[in-house]
Amino acid sequence: MTDIFISADNIISPVGFTTADNFQQLLKNVSGIKMHTGTAISEQPFYAALFENDQAFQNISEQSKYTRFEKLLIASISDALAKSKVDPADKRTALIISTTKGNVSLLETEEPSAELNKRISLNTSARLVADHFHFANAPVIVSNACISGILAILTGMRLIRSGRYDHAVIAGADVITRFVLSGFQSFQAISTSACKPFDANRDGINLGEGAGTMILTSRKEYSNGIKASAGSVSNDANHISGPSRTGEELNLAITRTMNAAGLSATDIDFISAHGTATVYNDEMEAKAINLAGLQSIPVNSLKGYYGHTLGAAGLIESVISIQSLKENTVIPTRGFGKMGVTQPVNVCSSLYKSELTNCLKTASGFGGCNAAILFGKE
Amino acid sequence: MSKEKYITSSCIIAGQVIYKNGQPVFKCPATEPSEFLVSAYRHFALQYPKFHKMDNLAKLGWLANEVLLDGFDKEKYKPEDVGIVLSNASSSLDTDIKYYETVKSIPSPALFVYTLPNIVIGEISIRHQFKGENAFFIFNEFNAGFIEQYVSDLVNNNILQACICGWVEILGDSYKAALFLVEKDKTADSVIFTEENLNNIYQLHNG
Repeated sequence: MTDIFISADNIISPVGFTTADNFQQLLKNVSGIKMHTGTAISEQPFYAALFENDQAFQNISEQSKYTRFEKLLIASISDALAKSKVDPADKRTALIISTTKGNVSLLETEEPSAELNKRISLNTSARLVADHFHFANAPVIVSNACISGILAILTGMRLIRSGRYDHAVIAGADVITRFVLSGFQSFQAISTSACKPFDANRDGINLGEGAGTMILTSRKEYSNGIKASAGSVSNDANHISGPSRTGEELNLAITRTMNAAGLSATDIDFISAHGTATVYNDEMEAKAINLAGLQSIPVNSLKGYYGHTLGAAGLIESVISIQSLKENTVIPTRGFGKMGVTQPVNVCSSLYKSELTNCLKTASGFGGCNAAILFGKE
Repeated sequence: MSKEKYITSSCIIAGQVIYKNGQPVFKCPATEPSEFLVSAYRHFALQYPKFHKMDNLAKLGWLANEVLLDGFDKEKYKPEDVGIVLSNASSSLDTDIKYYETVKSIPSPALFVYTLPNIVIGEISIRHQFKGENAFFIFNEFNAGFIEQYVSDLVNNNILQACICGWVEILGDSYKAALFLVEKDKTADSVIFTEENLNNIYQLHNG
């Protein structure tokens, strides 16, 4: 199977505007989550990781042409491309965009019309972003709930392994507006405080906004030292808005991923879980981790720093995991105090330094979808 | 590795007509999408109360899949060996608009859950206990080349043994579903799974 290397990456988040910035802040236990009151998007106070000023991505040219969502994508891709030799104008470079809601916030401010529907269309955003960088190929858009980011990376790996492309630029973003916040509030899924993944007192998610980019390549000379080795997706076939009761299907995605990479449980050095801090998600993940025989492996959730960044989550959290591999340091699970899942899992609660070779990243989402992906040192 | 695969069944829903393997099996002219979908559900005497809770995108995809799989022996396959790869142009915008209307009074969780395009994959998975690979992609128009490549890759690498794939699009009064069942063994009416055959079947019923 063709080896796939990471060439460069980026995170634009309330925590920082480059991968290195973000990682440094996480080492210092800095979180983007704050309580917000008196905002335009909610009458009630809420905790979320939102940009306080959009400085890093507001200076993008042709201001009026791009929405905030598109600017986030452009800012993230720009930084990653600047750090890579991969050329977007190369016919062998694919562009994959991951998002759940894109420009849906335009429904909140604009009058309904056919033109508005066209402007909201993810195809419009993806084309604007592709044109901004003069990508030779039409973009592929993945919109698969909270596994979108991992599925987009996996799609990039598959496109390269099929022989059609040598490189793939994968970028994910979501912004938090009334549309998304009201929906999660209506589900009573929003935590009353900063979220507490895997903790006994966890009571829901915080939402977060941000973007992440990962550039994959089959050319070893473009590599930054980390490989994306395998990945898998499964479906619970149980409930559209609640996770599996058994964790068997996430386990299926995990074991298929490990088998495809030729690795066993003892080869995994840490797991970056989805860890949304809802009662049911974290419990399901703990079950799946046990079914996969990974209960002793250090596991973290990054939701306590970024909140749930939806279509960007798989990218942002994978990029941090890759940085963890490079720096041999696992980031702790901010918000975790007292074990709150019924199955034993080794929740990483303080900075953990060790020689790290392989990282498993997982996610699950509405529609019953689960995804797993493996990153490792060359 | 790249052995031939076959389209063993197809279902197109367009222009108030449902076609199975090219033959019309239900017509209900001059009706709105929601009326049309419920009429079809009744016509086929389907028994699935959850259907009525679904949004139009899920109803459309779910219904097309019921017609697609009529006669399909799913016992041939393990749950994890059957996958679903769907696509459309408008994501879940049809329901996004309806959900946002409720935000002005009381936000509806029952609608919010359908503001993701892959929920239709979840509904089909629940109905038939399919647990394999799934993915939802957005394209301007039906991208038979991409779907053929992506699904072939999954089947050739034995990640899937069978795959439901295609297009499920709805926005306002305009809708079209085109689902294809892809398997490794040919049947009496099957055609080879190629980009050209996907496009031929898709375009046959341009509604």
